[in-house]
Amino acid sequence: MQTRRETLKQSALVAGLMAATGLFPQYAHANFNKAAFDAKNMAEVMKALGAGAPVESKDVTLTAPDIAENGAVVPVGASTTLPNVKRLLFLVEKNPSVLVGVFNLTDSVEANVATRTKMGQSSDVFAVAILGDGKVLYAKKEVKVTLGGCGG
Amino acid sequence: MKKTRALALIAMAGLLGTAALAQKTAVQSIEEYRAMLQDGNPADLFEAKGEDLWKQKRGPKNASLEQCDLGKGPGVVKGVFVELPRFFADTQRVQDMESRLLTCMETLQGFSAAEIAKTPFGRGEQNNVTALATWISAQSKGMKFNLPQGHEQERISYEVGKRLFFQRAGAHDFSCASCHGQDNTRIRLQDLPNLIKNPGDGVGFAAWPAYRVSNGQMWTMQLRLNDCYRQQRFPYPGFGSDATIALGSYLGVNSQGSASAVPTIKR
Amino acid sequence: MADPMRIRAQAAGDKTTVRVLMSHEMETGQRKDSAGKTIPAWHIQEVEAKHNGKSVMTAEWGGGVSKNPFLQFTVKGAKAGDKISITWKDNKGDTRTDEATVT
Repeated sequence: MQTRRETLKQSALVAGLMAATGLFPQYAHANFNKAAFDAKNMAEVMKALGAGAPVESKDVTLTAPDIAENGAVVPVGASTTLPNVKRLLFLVEKNPSVLVGVFNLTDSVEANVATRTKMGQSSDVFAVAILGDGKVLYAKKEVKVTLGGCGG
Repeated sequence: MKKTRALALIAMAGLLGTAALAQKTAVQSIEEYRAMLQDGNPADLFEAKGEDLWKQKRGPKNASLEQCDLGKGPGVVKGVFVELPRFFADTQRVQDMESRLLTCMETLQGFSAAEIAKTPFGRGEQNNVTALATWISAQSKGMKFNLPQGHEQERISYEVGKRLFFQRAGAHDFSCASCHGQDNTRIRLQDLPNLIKNPGDGVGFAAWPAYRVSNGQMWTMQLRLNDCYRQQRFPYPGFGSDATIALGSYLGVNSQGSASAVPTIKR
Repeated sequence: MADPMRIRAQAAGDKTTVRVLMSHEMETGQRKDSAGKTIPAWHIQEVEAKHNGKSVMTAEWGGGVSKNPFLQFTVKGAKAGDKISITWKDNKGDTRTDEATVT
């Protein structure tokens, strides 16, 4: 059985190899866009992702409850029937880290993802779609939280 | 019950042709939130772990739990959860699921039941007991509670549980009945089930083990009771103690005929 | 070694709905312990989904995703018997891959 050190060395080696081949662009820059996850509002998030200014649109659907009994687990879904969607994002306006997650889509998946986010307090939640032509569209909803979910 | 009444009100409002739509009540919104979480319960992760642990050879005796008798014969897991607590001839006492697991872990695998009982929740073997309890109870999902009361000790356990349920003590002079002894009460937005009678399918005794989203923990009935005692400012009960088993008997017998929804997901 | 994921992949016509439950603490790095010390961030940063070995979706997550994360997405053109694999990598370099067969 591999030791932890060996496993880590191996993954670092593999990551390096993948980056070198250029075949896996998502891992090319030892990934994780820290700037995007450190951003304090939607505008900053978009700037960090190199995306344009977001516009509210009825073509993007955000599924979220009106009230979350506990902010630790708030189900959220983002979907759109628009074609050529490159990324779907979730943002929670009042969270310390506004950007929750980025989903990079290929043609093999529908522009429809769902996950669960933490919410520290009642806040607007955003589902953002970034299209191939650069358009950034969003839907938003206020989700009330009865008990904040970041405190533990 | 509340949803039906609310729906009836909406229907009436529609009939009366009023422009004002019946607004969603907070309780309805909470029900929607809970419904959204039903698919994809992290309890599944604990269930999977429990199934592995049941079959894995472990402990000083390097044996699996597959010969454990949970009330319906060695190795029978389906249907046992809805018949516990019950009397066991080999230990000559009434036992619930968790205490019976400790018995099996000791006799079959060589673990020390006393040591596990002293281990705090969330540590060491307690995590394994939780995972095992989640899996075992899940095998009775949808089945109706049918605790045996044929043995004298089973009836005594029920009566003791009843006494304990109504016993007021502690700094706040609470009893279980303070919160769970009447209809239509709630704490903030959480409805409190009336546990003196049958609270219905998937409620009360029929809802634990449950995954609690607020702390991401899997809670068995033993942990639920332990926390109730803490909330009432009572001293902590021993894990798998007679008191907790007796309360389980009382709650379980009161749930006779209701369907288990376990494992559930809660706030 | 992290606990295994639960992956369910159900095909309905041309679309396969994939539902994943991952076992992970997802510490934000915002919380403090009882001694007042900040609990370091420990969360999944990258997720990759593959269909029969081909990458179909990747994701980047912050600590804001709930503990024991749930993920649902829909794969086009998958059929019963195909393989769906999910890989996650966290900020400590730990990783886990699990696979499921489309039913």
